Amino acid sequence: MSISVTPRAAAQIRKALGKRGGGLGLRVAVRTSGCSGYAYALEFADALSADDQAFESEGVQLLVDVQSLPLIAGTQLDWVREGLNEGFKFNNPNASNTCGCGESFAV
Amino acid sequence: MALLQIAEPGRAAAPHQHRLAVGIDLGTTNSLVAALRSGVPTVLPDAEDRLLLPSVVHYGPDGLVSVGHEARQHAGADPLNTIASAKRLIGRGPDEFAADSLPYAIEPLSGMAVGIRTRAGVKSPVEIGAQVLRALKERAEAALGGALVGAVITVPAYFDDAQRQATKDAAALAGLNVLRLLNEPTAAAVAYGLESAAEGTYVVYDLGGGTFDVSILRLARGVFEVVATAGDAALGGDDFDHRLAAWFAASAGGDWQPNLGALRAAARAAKEALTQQDRVLMQCRRSDGSVHSLAVDRALFDDLTQDLIQRTLAPVRRALRDARLSAGEVDGVVLVGGSTRMPRVRDAVAQLFGREPYTGVDPDLAVALGAAIQADQLAGNRAGDDGLLLLDVNPLSLGLETMGGLVEKIIPRNSTLPTARAQEFTTFKDGQTAMALHVVQGERELVGQCRSLARFTLRGIPPMVAGAARIRVTFQIDADGLLSVSAMEQSTGVQSQIEVKPSYGLAPEVVGEMLRDALDSAHTDAASRMVREAEIDARRLLDATDAALREDGATLLLAAEQFQILRAMQEVADLLEQCAQNEGSTLAEQRELRSVLRRSTDALNRITTPFAARRMDARVRTVLAGRTVDHIAA
Repeated sequence: MSISVTPRAAAQIRKALGKRGGGLGLRVAVRTSGCSGYAYALEFADALSADDQAFESEGVQLLVDVQSLPLIAGTQLDWVREGLNEGFKFNNPNASNTCGCGESFAV
Repeated sequence: MALLQIAEPGRAAAPHQHRLAVGIDLGTTNSLVAALRSGVPTVLPDAEDRLLLPSVVHYGPDGLVSVGHEARQHAGADPLNTIASAKRLIGRGPDEFAADSLPYAIEPLSGMAVGIRTRAGVKSPVEIGAQVLRALKERAEAALGGALVGAVITVPAYFDDAQRQATKDAAALAGLNVLRLLNEPTAAAVAYGLESAAEGTYVVYDLGGGTFDVSILRLARGVFEVVATAGDAALGGDDFDHRLAAWFAASAGGDWQPNLGALRAAARAAKEALTQQDRVLMQCRRSDGSVHSLAVDRALFDDLTQDLIQRTLAPVRRALRDARLSAGEVDGVVLVGGSTRMPRVRDAVAQLFGREPYTGVDPDLAVALGAAIQADQLAGNRAGDDGLLLLDVNPLSLGLETMGGLVEKIIPRNSTLPTARAQEFTTFKDGQTAMALHVVQGERELVGQCRSLARFTLRGIPPMVAGAARIRVTFQIDADGLLSVSAMEQSTGVQSQIEVKPSYGLAPEVVGEMLRDALDSAHTDAASRMVREAEIDARRLLDATDAALREDGATLLLAAEQFQILRAMQEVADLLEQCAQNEGSTLAEQRELRSVLRRSTDALNRITTPFAARRMDARVRTVLAGRTVDHIAA
């Protein structure tokens, strides 16, 4: 079980960390609730906690807690531009359904 | 898929909460609860994977209350404490049905509602409905894993104010927040996604176990409007079973009375099998152990039940007439209710409308699924402004009693809901400081023949001459079909209002009857209305003359003139007395009475005209006394 990022996403993450002035890497988490049951969260990470698992992809550190991991294993994080909007997008093979607003998914 | 940004640790925005909301089809025999799961409306099953919850409540000897399948098992052994079909009683008064038509011990509750005597005490239909709703709520919360924000509960389009209010009360008692009451046909149309079309006119044909309802919905700019409803409260799938059972009993011979239950169950099974097969073997066991079986084919079944299907078509035509539509103008027909699975029913509907009805959604589930879609929208889970607004109509006109027992209709029948209408009224007597408002429901012209819904009084009207006060009465019906009435005196702003929570409501058959009555008696109503109006005019003139005589009679009239006026007044007063006694006279008599009354009123009017002129002159003289033309011009 692991997760990865695209080169474009890796570049954005490095840029964001540089702007922020430091940090261990990116924390990818899944929170319950949201329209379809689960929702993603992206945060900067400053420390590795006990139940975290760390992955390296395209030169960036990705931290995932063990509860979240089964729900996003195999996910590839991409950086996309959609019209005027740009941001990270999850390509999660576990998600069976995403809700209309796109903030959440079901497995 | 939304695009995400990176947040500081612990600061990631909480995803917006999915507000759990369900749609509930609270049925006479069975109830269902449905919710949107991952965007798909789904009926929520119980722990044993059953979708239907029988609308049955059993009060056990140990104080235990059971609901649904468990409760239904007690029906045979403990019928008095096993309450089914409470929906038929909800919001209705003791005088609205024959107590002996029900297997329970019915008691009046507070004079306006009924209760059922059980070993756990007297239970109202609201409490029984609440038990069923509570069971559905628990099922939904277990399935969805959280507390419900609210529910959309469906009611028959025919349900009147009292029945809707009682349904809401039951929900409140069950701890459910009612987002909206939705008419069953509208819910079915939503289940078919008909609201996604730009516009159209749809017929919802709902043949359930014991009732038949037809509704005509008009969709325009994404808004649903129920333009007409009709139905037959005593026609349903059960009648088809009875026909087949009667035929079986007659063909097999012997006495089937003791085995009626088994016979009907066999008939029902045969009927259901005939929707799939052309020919089935109907089998039934007598209590002596002998088993009878007879072959039934579709042709025979159709022969036995042909007239029942025909009986459903009359209300359909009536609804079309009400909506001023021809069958060809309908854009689609939705079938609801398990009984619409019968091929003959589908054929009859297809033939009437010249098009195949929609059948894609399970007719037993359609109402609950539509309610779930609406509940999800009302709970605010769908972003944007694509939320549809569902409009309904009020089945009977609502109005106020005016002088002389006449009805002034404020909101006419079939007005779309929600709605608010206002009308101005005035005082009838000089110095009148209060006004009694009597809210009535019905199509007839006279109050006595309409249903009384509520009474309230507007007090604190400043004393004025008759006709000077301006009292604005506003009738408002909300999206659930509940009425509130307010009255305000315009010059002072004195206000009074009432939430109409009628003590009792109208049963569908009563609604139908009142409509028929109104049509049948339009002539007599108009005649008695005219008599009443003549009476009111006469009385008003009498009052005015009386007041004038007291004020100026001595100064402005000769004794002979006074006498003449008094005699004319006496004549009018006598005729008024006669009117009061002649309440139920024939059409011809009413006409006669009215013309005599009009003549004598006119006579009084003529005779007092010179008096009125003299009073006017006297007033003008008083006002102008001591003034010059210059003063007046200035």
